[in-house]
Amino acid sequence: MSILIDQNTKVIVQGITGRDGSFHAKQMLDYGTKVVGGVTPGKGGQEVNGIPVFNSVKDAKDKTGCNAAVIYVPAKFAKEAILEDITNGIPLIICITEGIPVLDMVEVKTALNKSQCRLIGPNCPGLISPGKAKIGIMPGHIHKAGDIGVISRSGTLTYEVVFNLTAHDMGQSTCVGLGGDPIIGTRFVDVLKMFQDDPGTRGIVMVGEIGGGDEQLAADYIKKHVTKPVVSFIAGRTAPAGKRMGHAGAIISSGDSTAEAKMQMLRDAGVTVVDFPDEIPQALAARLK
Amino acid sequence: MKIHEYQARNLFAEYGIPVADGDIAQTPDEALLIARKTGFPVVIKAQVLVGGRGKAGGVKVVGNEAELVSEFNRIKNLNIKGYSVERLLIARAIDIKKEYYLAVTIDNIKGDVVIIISAEGGVEIEETAKTHPDKIIKFYMQGQKTLDEARWAPVAAQIFNDARLQKSATAILQKLLKLFFEKDCSLAEINPFVINGEGNLMAADAKVIFDDNALDRHPELVALRDMKYEDADELEARAKGLSFVKLEGNVGCIVNGAGLAMGTMDAVNLLGGKPANFLDVGGSSNPEKVLNALKLILRNKDIKVILINIFGGITRCDDIANGILTALKQINIPVPLVIRLTGTNEKEAKALLTQAGLTTYTSMRQAVTEAVKASKS
Repeated sequence: MSILIDQNTKVIVQGITGRDGSFHAKQMLDYGTKVVGGVTPGKGGQEVNGIPVFNSVKDAKDKTGCNAAVIYVPAKFAKEAILEDITNGIPLIICITEGIPVLDMVEVKTALNKSQCRLIGPNCPGLISPGKAKIGIMPGHIHKAGDIGVISRSGTLTYEVVFNLTAHDMGQSTCVGLGGDPIIGTRFVDVLKMFQDDPGTRGIVMVGEIGGGDEQLAADYIKKHVTKPVVSFIAGRTAPAGKRMGHAGAIISSGDSTAEAKMQMLRDAGVTVVDFPDEIPQALAARLK
Repeated sequence: MKIHEYQARNLFAEYGIPVADGDIAQTPDEALLIARKTGFPVVIKAQVLVGGRGKAGGVKVVGNEAELVSEFNRIKNLNIKGYSVERLLIARAIDIKKEYYLAVTIDNIKGDVVIIISAEGGVEIEETAKTHPDKIIKFYMQGQKTLDEARWAPVAAQIFNDARLQKSATAILQKLLKLFFEKDCSLAEINPFVINGEGNLMAADAKVIFDDNALDRHPELVALRDMKYEDADELEARAKGLSFVKLEGNVGCIVNGAGLAMGTMDAVNLLGGKPANFLDVGGSSNPEKVLNALKLILRNKDIKVILINIFGGITRCDDIANGILTALKQINIPVPLVIRLTGTNEKEAKALLTQAGLTTYTSMRQAVTEAVKASKS
C-alpha cells in the first residue's frame, strides 16, 4: 500500500509549457504516472509530449476528471495557481515552486483551511509511491517499491536517503517531500499519522533540519501516537548559528531549533537518530527485527 | 532583510505611527543641529544591525550640548559585536511613564499573521515570554488584513485600562498592520511601545524585517539594504542564483539543494575535515551556475580541494557535468576536484566526465572521505 498517491491518481501539470514543467511532465509520464493534462493560460489546445494543454484548471478538471495537480509556475504566479486549484476542489495539490512570498502563503493557508484540499509544499520535491506514481521532480529510478515510509523537509537530501535505502533492498511505500519554506501545506505530524495508519508501511524515516519547530512537534506526536519504528537524520548540526543556509525555514532562531536540541527530543520520543544518511538502513533494520 | 532603527522609524512616520522628533547624524555638528531643533534631553542611539547595543553602551540620554558632543564621540568610536558605528540616531528623549510591547509577525506553523502584545515591554520581553507566558497575548488575524475591531476590543481592554488609550492603541495597530502587509514584512515591532509624559502612546523604538522572497515587488525597499552587513561574495552569489555562506575551512563545497548542502557540510566535519563554504547551486542548474560557483570558491586562497556533490532531481547531472567541463576550459583550477554525481541524467553526465579523464563517485561518504583526505595532503 501507499499514502496520498497511487496508480489511479490522475494529475494535471500547471506550467506544463515551461522548461521544468515540460521536462518533468515527460519524466512523470515515463514513470507511469497518469498525467492527464496540463494548464497554461492562453495555450489551451496545444499538446506537450502528447499531453493536452488547457487554459484553466476548471477546463482541465471538466475534461480529464483529474484528482491531483502539480505546480511548476514561477514564484510570482504560484499563489494564483494554488488558489485556482482550491477553488476548483482539486483534492491534492503539489507545489514545486520555490521563492513564494510568505504573505502569499498566508493567503493560501487561509483558503486551504476553509477547503477539503491538501497542499504538499511549496519549495518541495513532491512525492512518489514507487512502482505506482510519482508527482514531482525526484529521480524515479533510485526508488523501489516496499514498506518504508519516508518524510523529509529537503529535496536532494531525501534522494540521498532513498538511494541508501534502495541500495540495502529496503523499498519505500511512499516518500513525501514537505518543502523547506516557513509556511507549508503539510507537516511532519500529518504524514506521520498517515504512515501510522497505512498497513503497507512498516517503518518510517524522517529527515529534518535546523530551524523551525516541526521536528519538536513531530517528536511529541511520535511519543504519543506512533508505534512503528522511526529513524531520523537531522541536517545542519555543524551550521554556524544565525546563518541562513538557503532554506527560508532553516535558520537557527532560538535554542530549541538547533539540530542537537531536535535530535535529543526525537531520541527522547524513542526515535533512532543517526549521524550519516547512509547509516539509516542499518538502524532501520535493527528496529524492524 | 533587516533595516536600521532610523529607517524603520521613517517608515513608521510615513504610516502615521507617532515617533519622537529626531534625525540621523554622522558628525557631532549634525547631532547638535538636530538637538537644538528637538530640545534637550535627547537620546543618542548607535545604528547597528546587531542585538545588544544597549548593553554595549550604544544608547545614552544626554541633557546638554557638551554632554551630547562627548557621548556622541564615545559611541561613534564603539565597536559593537565587530561592527563600527557609522550613524547615530538623535531623538528627543521621551519621558516614559509606562512600557508595553507590540509586534506583528507570522506564525509559520499556523500559517497566519499574529499580533503580539504585552503590558510588559522593554528589553526583558524575551525573558517575560519564558517566565510569564500568560502576560503575553497572541491575537491571530485569521487571514484578515485589517483588524476585526469587535474581536480585538476585549484584548485592548485587557491591556489598557482607559478607553482613550484603547482607542489610540487600536489606531496605531491598524497603521502597523497596514505597513506590515503593504511592505511584505516578516516582523514589525514596537518595543517599547510607551506612554509619554503627556499621556500619549508612541513608538520609542522601531524594528522592521522584510521577507526576502517579496523584495522583487518592492524595489524601493532594496535601496535600504546596508551593504556593510553583507558579505560581498555572498551578495554576488545571490545575484547569480547561488546560495553561499563562507565558512572557515579548506574543503570547497558545491552541492545542489540546501538540505544536502547542509548534510555535506556536516559529513565533511564529522569525517575530520573543515568545509570552506556552504554553496547550494539550486534547482534546474544551468552549466553557467557551476562555472560561477567554481570561480567564487577559487577566490578563497585557503582551498585545498573542491567537493562537488550532486544528487540530480530537477537538477540534471549532465548540466552539471557540462558546467564542470566548460569551467576546466575557461579557468585554471589549481586544486583537485572530487565529483559525486547521482540521479537524473547520471549516465550521460558520467560518460561526459569519464571521456574528459575525470573520476566520478556514486557514494557520498566515499567522495567526502576522498575530499577530506585531499584537504590534508
